[in-house]
Parts: sequence; C-alpha cells; structure tokens
Amino acid sequence: MPRKTMVEAIRDAMDVSMQRDDNVIVFGEDVGYFGGVFRCTQGLQQKFGSSRCFDAPISESGIVGAAVGMAAYGLRPCVEIQFADYMYPAYDQIVSEAARLRYRSNGQFTAPLVVRMPTGGGIFGGQTHSQSPEALFTHVAGLKTVVPSNPYDAKGLLIAAIEDNDPVIFLEPKRLYNGPFDGHHDRPVTPWARHPQGEVPDGHYTVPLGKAAIRREGSAVTVLAYGTMVFVAEAAATETGIDAEVIDLRTLVPYDLETIVASVNKTGRCVIVHEATLTSGFGAELSALVQENCFYHLEAPVTRVAGWDTPYPHAQEWDYFPGPARVGRALKAVMEA
Amino acid sequence: MSESMSEPGPLSFHVPAPAVRPGGTPDFSDVKISRAGEVRRPDVDVAPEEIRDLAFQIIRVLDRNSEAVGPWAGLLSDQELLDGLRHMMTLRAFDARMQMAQRQGKTSFYMQHLGEEAVSCAFRKALEPGDMNFPTYRQAGLLIAGGYPMLDMMNQIYSNELDPMKGRQLPVMYSSREHGFFSISGNLATQYIQAVGWAMASAMKRDTRIAAGWIGDGSTAESDFHAALVFASTYKAPVVLNIVNNQWAISTFQGIARGGAGTFAARGLGFGIPALRVDGNDYPAVHAVARWAVERARRNLGPTVIEYVTYRVGAHSSSDDPSAYRPKTESDAWPLGDPVLRLKNHLIHRGFWSEDRHKQAEAEVMAAVIAAQKEAETHGTLHTGPHPSARDMFEGVYEQMPPHLRRQRQQGGV
Repeated sequence: MPRKTMVEAIRDAMDVSMQRDDNVIVFGEDVGYFGGVFRCTQGLQQKFGSSRCFDAPISESGIVGAAVGMAAYGLRPCVEIQFADYMYPAYDQIVSEAARLRYRSNGQFTAPLVVRMPTGGGIFGGQTHSQSPEALFTHVAGLKTVVPSNPYDAKGLLIAAIEDNDPVIFLEPKRLYNGPFDGHHDRPVTPWARHPQGEVPDGHYTVPLGKAAIRREGSAVTVLAYGTMVFVAEAAATETGIDAEVIDLRTLVPYDLETIVASVNKTGRCVIVHEATLTSGFGAELSALVQENCFYHLEAPVTRVAGWDTPYPHAQEWDYFPGPARVGRALKAVMEA
Repeated sequence: MSESMSEPGPLSFHVPAPAVRPGGTPDFSDVKISRAGEVRRPDVDVAPEEIRDLAFQIIRVLDRNSEAVGPWAGLLSDQELLDGLRHMMTLRAFDARMQMAQRQGKTSFYMQHLGEEAVSCAFRKALEPGDMNFPTYRQAGLLIAGGYPMLDMMNQIYSNELDPMKGRQLPVMYSSREHGFFSISGNLATQYIQAVGWAMASAMKRDTRIAAGWIGDGSTAESDFHAALVFASTYKAPVVLNIVNNQWAISTFQGIARGGAGTFAARGLGFGIPALRVDGNDYPAVHAVARWAVERARRNLGPTVIEYVTYRVGAHSSSDDPSAYRPKTESDAWPLGDPVLRLKNHLIHRGFWSEDRHKQAEAEVMAAVIAAQKEAETHGTLHTGPHPSARDMFEGVYEQMPPHLRRQRQQGGV
C-alpha cells in the first residue's frame, strides 16, 4: 500500500473530493499557485483550475465569511486558515454564522464547509504558530471538531468532513505532518514512510466522524488523547511500563462517549492529555464526562496533563510541551493513588 | 514667526459629534443635496474611475413639484409605481401594528422601517427570481414587495405554533430562500461578505444569479465590510453592495463610522468599485440605481456600491428611545422628505392617483394587515402561546442529532 506523509494524505483527500464533486472548492492564503505554506494544496490549482483552488486575500473573516455564502449557495468549500493562531478574525463567522445557519433558518440554509487549520506546537513557532484552540470550537453548538493523528485518519476524516452537511473544524497537528512525533524532541522522528499508519489507500474512503480509536490496548489506566498527544501517550506508556490503554478521540465533537466509558470502566483510571492550556480546555469536558459516567468504577482521581496556562513560549517550548516524562509521571501517580 | 510655524503644542484628541442634540434646533444645512435630475446616468460598463464624482452626489428623480425628471427617470410604469406605493404603505402599516403588538407584550422585540420604506421595496423590484439578498433587520420591504406572506412574518414575530423558524430566531430576523431572502443573522456586517461569497459561487458555477449585500452606515466600520469590498473587488463578484445610511446607528450619528471620508459611497472608490449615492426616500431613484447595479452584476461587470441617503424616523428598535440623543423634531427637518408621501404626490401629479384613492388604499392596506394579524394571533403570541415545542429546540443544530444532544433532550424531559 502506498505510504504518504500527513501533508500528502490531506492533499489526497481534497484531490479525491474535488474529483468526485464539482462543488468542492479550496481556497485560502497562499493555497493556490504556491500550494500552501505547508504544501497541503500543492498541485490542486494546476489540476482543477483557478476557479476551484485559488489564493485569498489575508482576511480570515473574509475567507470563512465568503465560504459561508458559497456553502449556502450549494458549494462545499474546504478553506485553509494558515495557522490556527490566525483563526480569531474568523471566529465570528464560524460561531455566529456557520454554526447557527441551519438552526436559525430552520434548515432553509446550511453551511457544509470545512475550515482546515494547522494546530499545536513543537516547531519553535512561538505564541503565534503553536496554539491549540480546539476548546474554542468544541464549546460551540453546531460545529464538529476533528483532530487527526496520522495520515490514514487524516485522509479518511477529511473526506468525511467535506462530505458532511454541517460545518467542520479540521485541526491538523502540524508537528505530525511529517512523522509520528512522540515528544522526544532530541531524537529523530520516524518518517511516515516507515510507519504503518502512513499507509494510505488510493481513492475514496472515509473515517467516520464521532468515532474514537483505541491505539494501544491496556488494562491498568485509560489515556484520553488526540493529535500529537496520542504518540506522546504511547511513548509514556512504553517508557513507564504501565499497561495503559490509549484512546485517540479523533473527533472531539461529537465525542465517542461509548468508547471512553467502556475503557475507563475497564481500567478504573483515567489520564487526559492535551497540548492546549489546562483551564477550560477540552480535558475539563472529558474529565466531567468520565466522572459523570464512570464514577463508581474509578479507583483514582481523573488526572489531566496539559499545556500550562501561559501563552505558548518560544525558548521554553519543551518546558511547556506536555511530553512523555510529564505524562509518565501522571500515569505513575494514578497507579499509586 | 507666524502661528503655523511655531513649535507644535500638545496633541488634542478628536471625537466627532452631531451638529445638534436634544433641545437644539435640527439643522441639515450641511447635507449637500443634488437637484433632482441633475446627476448623470453613465453606461453600466463605465470605467469606475470615470464616475468617482457620483460617490459624492445624490441621484434623485422626484423633484419638488413631484415630477420625475432627469436621466434616471422613466423606468417604471404608473402601475408599477402604484404597486411600489402599496408595498411601502403595507410595510408602514405592518410596522405600526407590530410595534403596537410589541408594546402590548405579544412579542419581545420589534424593529420598524419608518422613513426607509423605499429602499428595500424599490430595490426588490430590480431583482430576478433566484437572486439572493443578504439583508439586515431593516429590509423587510424585500419580503413585502417580493410577495412573502405577511402572515408568516407575523407568525415569526409572535414565535407562535406556525413560526417558520420554529421559535429559534428573534422576531424580524426572517429567512426565506424561496423569496431570495437569506436568513438574517442579527450580528452586524457578517453577511456582507457572505453575499460576496454567494455571488462568487454563482460565477464559479457559471450561473446567472446575482447577490445583494446589505449593511447600515454604522456597521461599515466592521472589518467584515472591508473584507467584503476586498473580495468583491478582487474576484469581480456579481454583487450589489448596499449601504443604507439612515444617519443613526442606535444613538451614534453617522460621523462616528464615516470619519474623514466624505461619504459612505466613497468607501468603494479605494477598492476600485463603482459607487453611487442615491436619494433613499425617492422610490423611482432607488429603483433606477438598483437596476443599474443589478445589470452591471448580471453582465459580469462586477460589484457596485450604493449608498442610500435616508433617515431613520423611528427608534432603532422597540428597546430604544431616540429623544435621549437627538431632537424630537429632527425627522421633520430631514431634507429628503417622506418616501410614501413623495411617491403618492408624484402619482397624483401624473393624474394616476388621488387623495381619496390614497385614503381608501390606506384603509384597505390596514384592513389586510389587521386581518393577517388576527389570523396570526389565533395561532398564538409570545405572551399567550402556543409556541413551538421544547423538542424543536434540539432539532436542526446538526443535520443528524448527535448522541450528546439526544441525551440532553432526554434529560430535559422533552
């Protein structure tokens, strides 16, 4: 089976979708001629023409606002925000418009659009190229929020997102674009070409939204993670020797409560890991869900490992990043509790 | 050494203020009004740079003698003008009854059009089926003139059992795809760029439909306004970008949003978009300018900015009291008059209408509004119900209800 990087898998998802449906269009800053700063749209303009893949002005609210109008017309825009950190000018269009259009018009108008954006740190991007704003989307009724962790899922989830009739926020962990980064920044990363999850089938397939995946089976403790933290959690489990079950949520909203509850009820322990800041992060929601649904099976307090409640620093990136050592300490702590 | 050559002193901070506040004598002497018929009518394929002056004049058709004059006159038949008069009268009567219904507690909130009826009523008649408006809350004339049933509007205003929006959206934030009326958000300016996106999509699909964006003078200060103009300009989108300058953004006079620009229409010039300014209280002028811009869009010549110079005679909304920030008599002093009265006088001048027939029409229009209102109230008001069910609240958030919402609906016991 062909192996692809996450960038290639994401590009392939758009390519396949654009081939299957003339209404799928792609635009954003630098995405047309140049193919995007991360190269995710490379070649699409050449292949599909500049009316289906084109450069946009530096105006995130304009990009998403125009996409809402296009989606209401009947297109399926898949737009790129260059970094999730640049999303804020578009937030009103996402929250007040895309997310509510179906509801407030009683289904007369809908916004089947995808907003792709690279998320997360680990690339020395400082505070403007490293943020993980997923909780700002999971808090909004009417949005679906997806965070893939590998090329296979990225392609299947993105095709599913493009085909979905509701607006989908598609957060791409940029540290995973080229390989499964496990938080050991001082070691080389295995390229996706040598990783089984780099196997990406040609053509059309989907990974359903709203379904989690168990990445590592275990019986001692459940780790809930998504994006880059899936590999960090796996590394922490291996390095501590703790028999952790690592769940990759893949879709944050709608979340896969069934898989979460089944796992925590089995293990009786739960550690939640995300790179975003701790307070009011999505981990708080997960923690509440576990408490509400698994309380009588719990043998230790639910524990969160997250980014500190600071802006994303530059020089102190690896002090900020919740790497395998911190996750490992949390695993040990819940096992000893 | 002259004063101007001396060392600069400390800076001073500038906050524009209207010429007159409550207690003062209204004064619009600084509003430069072009004579009716005075402003030229360029060809629709004119180069934008050749008509920059039109952003600073006011296209007018009806003169002081109630005659239609000049190059923008003569597009509408007497019957079409009479239809327009009826639409405006209907909107005015509708507003009067719904404003009263709000005061009676039958709904939470209302926004009227008093003084601005010509803008949306006349614009609507320049569009074709399939075109799409992205309106604000003060363009219900698009619905009235487009044949949307008053009963449906009232059912939404009352949030009753027949509310087409199932009780989920505020009163007056209507939506009708069938009538070319995009769901009103209620957030300001967001829909201006959506209109441009819709128009871009029409062009991408090589369709023939065009879009119209709507915004008020105050909201032109929002960044989405500028995004819309950039996108419309860059992609030559088939869109008409309407700015309704009714002088007031709640209590804030238009100078706060306009700043140093001479006019709101002039905002279009920096984007290379042709910009026209029109007497918003002059039904045939509004219609003629709308037709010009619609034709440009339809012929793939790109966007047009239109500023409608009008005056918000009523309060901003049922929650507003304008006597707190502007003279009570200011609307009487507004130099462009009343749109209903002006069109009525024009039709009388043409011998097509009379005071008696107008009185009769007023009674007919009011009777139709009251009949619709009575029928709507048999289906409930916000005060008395019946309302859409609590179950409806959970529907339509997504195409398919996700499990977490299903659980919440069960918890809610509905």
